[in-house]
Amino acid sequence: MDTLLDVKNLKKFFKTPGGMLHAVDGLTFNIDRGKTLGIVGESGCGKSTLGRTVIGLLSKSGGDVFFEGRNIKTLTKDESLELRKKMQMIFQDPFSSLNPRMTVSESIAEGLIAHNICKNGIELNRQVSNLMDTVGLASRFALSYPHELDGGRRQRIGIARALALNPKFIVCDEPVSALDVSIQAQILNLLQDLQEEKGLTYMFITHNLSVVKHISTEIMVMYLGRLVEKSPSDELFEHTLHPYTQALLSAIPTVNLDGKKERIILQGEIFSPINPNPGCRFAARCVYSREKCREIDPEINEVTPGHFVACHFMEEINGIHVK
Amino acid sequence: MLSIRELYIHYITDEGIVKAVNGVSFDVQEGETVGLVGETGAGKTTTALGVMRLVPNPPGRIISGDILLNGESLLGLTEAQMRKIRGEKIAMIFQDPMTSLNPVLTVGDQIAEVVRFHNKKTSRADAFKKAAEMLGTVGIDPDRMDEYPHQFSGGMKQRVGIAIALTCNPGLLIADEPTTALDVTIQAQVLNLMVKLKKEFNTSMLLITHDLGVVADVCDKVAIMYAGEIVEFGAVPDVYRNTGHPYTIGLFGSIPDVKKKVKRLSPIQGLMPDPVDLPAGCSFEPRCQVATAECKTLKPRVGEISPGHMVKCTHHWREANHGHSS
Amino acid sequence: MSDREEFTPRSKKKSQISEILKRLLMNHAAVVGMLIMLILIFAAIFADYVAPYSYEQQNLNEMFARPSLKHLFGTDNFGRDIFSRVIYGARISLFIGLTSVVLGCISGGALGAIAAYYGGRADNIIMRVLDVMNSIPNLLLAISLSASMGAGVGNAMIAIGITSIPIYARVVRAAVMTVKEQEYIEAARVLGVSNRRIILRHILPNSLAPIIVQASLGIAGAIITTASLSFIGLGVVPPTPEWGGMLSAGRQYIRNHWHMVTFPGLAIMITVMSFNLFGDGLRDALDPRLKR
Repeated sequence: MDTLLDVKNLKKFFKTPGGMLHAVDGLTFNIDRGKTLGIVGESGCGKSTLGRTVIGLLSKSGGDVFFEGRNIKTLTKDESLELRKKMQMIFQDPFSSLNPRMTVSESIAEGLIAHNICKNGIELNRQVSNLMDTVGLASRFALSYPHELDGGRRQRIGIARALALNPKFIVCDEPVSALDVSIQAQILNLLQDLQEEKGLTYMFITHNLSVVKHISTEIMVMYLGRLVEKSPSDELFEHTLHPYTQALLSAIPTVNLDGKKERIILQGEIFSPINPNPGCRFAARCVYSREKCREIDPEINEVTPGHFVACHFMEEINGIHVK
Repeated sequence: MLSIRELYIHYITDEGIVKAVNGVSFDVQEGETVGLVGETGAGKTTTALGVMRLVPNPPGRIISGDILLNGESLLGLTEAQMRKIRGEKIAMIFQDPMTSLNPVLTVGDQIAEVVRFHNKKTSRADAFKKAAEMLGTVGIDPDRMDEYPHQFSGGMKQRVGIAIALTCNPGLLIADEPTTALDVTIQAQVLNLMVKLKKEFNTSMLLITHDLGVVADVCDKVAIMYAGEIVEFGAVPDVYRNTGHPYTIGLFGSIPDVKKKVKRLSPIQGLMPDPVDLPAGCSFEPRCQVATAECKTLKPRVGEISPGHMVKCTHHWREANHGHSS
Repeated sequence: MSDREEFTPRSKKKSQISEILKRLLMNHAAVVGMLIMLILIFAAIFADYVAPYSYEQQNLNEMFARPSLKHLFGTDNFGRDIFSRVIYGARISLFIGLTSVVLGCISGGALGAIAAYYGGRADNIIMRVLDVMNSIPNLLLAISLSASMGAGVGNAMIAIGITSIPIYARVVRAAVMTVKEQEYIEAARVLGVSNRRIILRHILPNSLAPIIVQASLGIAGAIITTASLSFIGLGVVPPTPEWGGMLSAGRQYIRNHWHMVTFPGLAIMITVMSFNLFGDGLRDALDPRLKR
């Protein structure tokens, strides 16, 4: 397999008045070229921090990120600037992710200008109108301001802006959460089309499990900065092994009236991972938790090829046996 | 219980008349939960505010129609009478638990205040006893009564909101996107609680949401709203299995379903029309896959395609009334 | 292709400004303020043509003349026409007000922007130094600065400008802090846009509103401070007409010749009021929460 992004033991801590907040705490994973890794978790699980750390908006507290086989840490200044073009990001809020005082075309052109890609205004203009065409924005909006457009169109601007530099890898941070369902579907289709057309690799961060299943080839479930379960998308939904993932999946309200299953209601709420104790992060809410869970960090086991689970009692809970 | 008849609510602004609610009619029966579903700007919240008579005026105005609660028209009541109705007969749960609570009052104070407003004779001690009891009902330790809202998490605050709404044992509960701001596992907790309490208190509920999944879980009937009109109304199984209106079909096609594998979603093309400038004929016509020439000019009428299942679409109306002649 | 025009979208930019102007014009108090302001500015620029007499033309035969058609505001102890002096005074007052505000705004704004954008140590050092400045009462600081530099228009301007630096730094810092948190700043960083361009293209244009408001209110404050400095003999030196200085000169004659102090005093009051009204209106017009 051709690995594009390789993340090893990535950590990101924040200093807070209450102590160290372990937002991302030792994550290891990779993403293959042309695939989509979905990152799922509830608010406060560190998924947005993960995206921002991988892309370099936040400095990491530990670990390494390899892009196309090269450690990002060892790049020279020029190489880093070159890397900026290859890794892009699409943001959650189509309202705050666009500069309100820049027109649509100015916003899209910003990256092209920053990297001096176009020789003159005419070429810049052609590029921008190509990009607008690619994301399905009518050219009459070129001179509009973001506040004159609806959420779906704004999100298209954000996508065009990210595509401007011809990236290979895009972090999508909840790109459809703020949109209505019919618009959400339009944007998801657009993202899928672009992936096929340009061979893009996505890291798709969301709290919406239906969306993540739809778009991802692989899914990683996070809980309080840790990996809980990671597996190919269909496998995760068919053989859900971790108790947290099980509860999460059962909590999704589905429009499918047939075969409604009993819902697992988790007790308690997520706390914030400030100076966390050793042991499984999920232990406090887990119905199966025992003493061992509260003392020892669970190891990450590969149950079947590509399916990783971090739970001490995974075999017992699911009645399976792993060699 | 609640009956809305041909309700029109408009906002009169400098840019023109925003036609937010255009001839909405539906009923909520005793003990029933009705889901009001629609996208942003469909007029769901305005309808709810209309029922509470809380449409901001100006610029909002109830143009015509009637709202009946147990047969009594709410539109004829004075503001003082309406204040008694709010809380006692109709209560509301808001979307944002962060801003719907007063940050400088303790949670206990806020519940007790509602108790004492609606029953002036209640002593302070009794009101607080009631507040503690209500907190217990929604699964919060009554010892936390003296804490302030910021000490609670989002899910807990929404529980407090529910406690306040149920304090006076209202006959009708209007919940405006009560779980939209919450995480899925917390959403599941809160929905569970709402369903349980609704049964316990024998309350009718109008649940406003954009999430058809939530409706499938908790509602008996569903009203689909588009551009200020109800385009489809019926029992949940009817609407979900035997979907009538092209808009509703489009909505279902837009939602990725964890139980089904589709390569591509089939969304509705285009955007909701500007409520200042609605199409002359059917509001959905510009986006509709099956629209014909007459849809451009003819206002669609409501057809009953099966008992209690209404669809506001010219094609369905014709089928229902004239058989299959086209 | 419609060429470069797309990147100089004049018509759109104008429409945004015209929208703000429309809201401003709906506010009657602001319109009154603006009108007075315009009249003052006009009078200041064309003082040579508007004023009936020269500001230093003495006429010892007409000392202490009461207001009349010949001398609208009367004359002073040297027989100079007070109306003309008030008009020329507007020139000095507005000039000092505007330049000191520009001075304070640019240096304070730059400091505030740097403090907010880079944060951490830079923020701490800059803001603590400004706190020290802020702990000295404004007028006292202005007095000691101009006392050490000596009287004169230029020095008064510099003194007042320096005094106002902490205010602007604070306003700009707060504005930049909020804008900095927006996702479009992150987006620009991901695109590899340089820090300089981020500050100039993305942050400053979006934090301008509170700065403009503060500046328009600041002019009023600067005019008062100028008058105060001149009143105690530190600002503008006679015979240059300055409202504060005129007040000071008229002080000893106040019992018998009320018009000597009344008109310069009124001029100060009206000017300050007009800038305040305009500033308040501008703040409301620029407030995005009032936007629909």
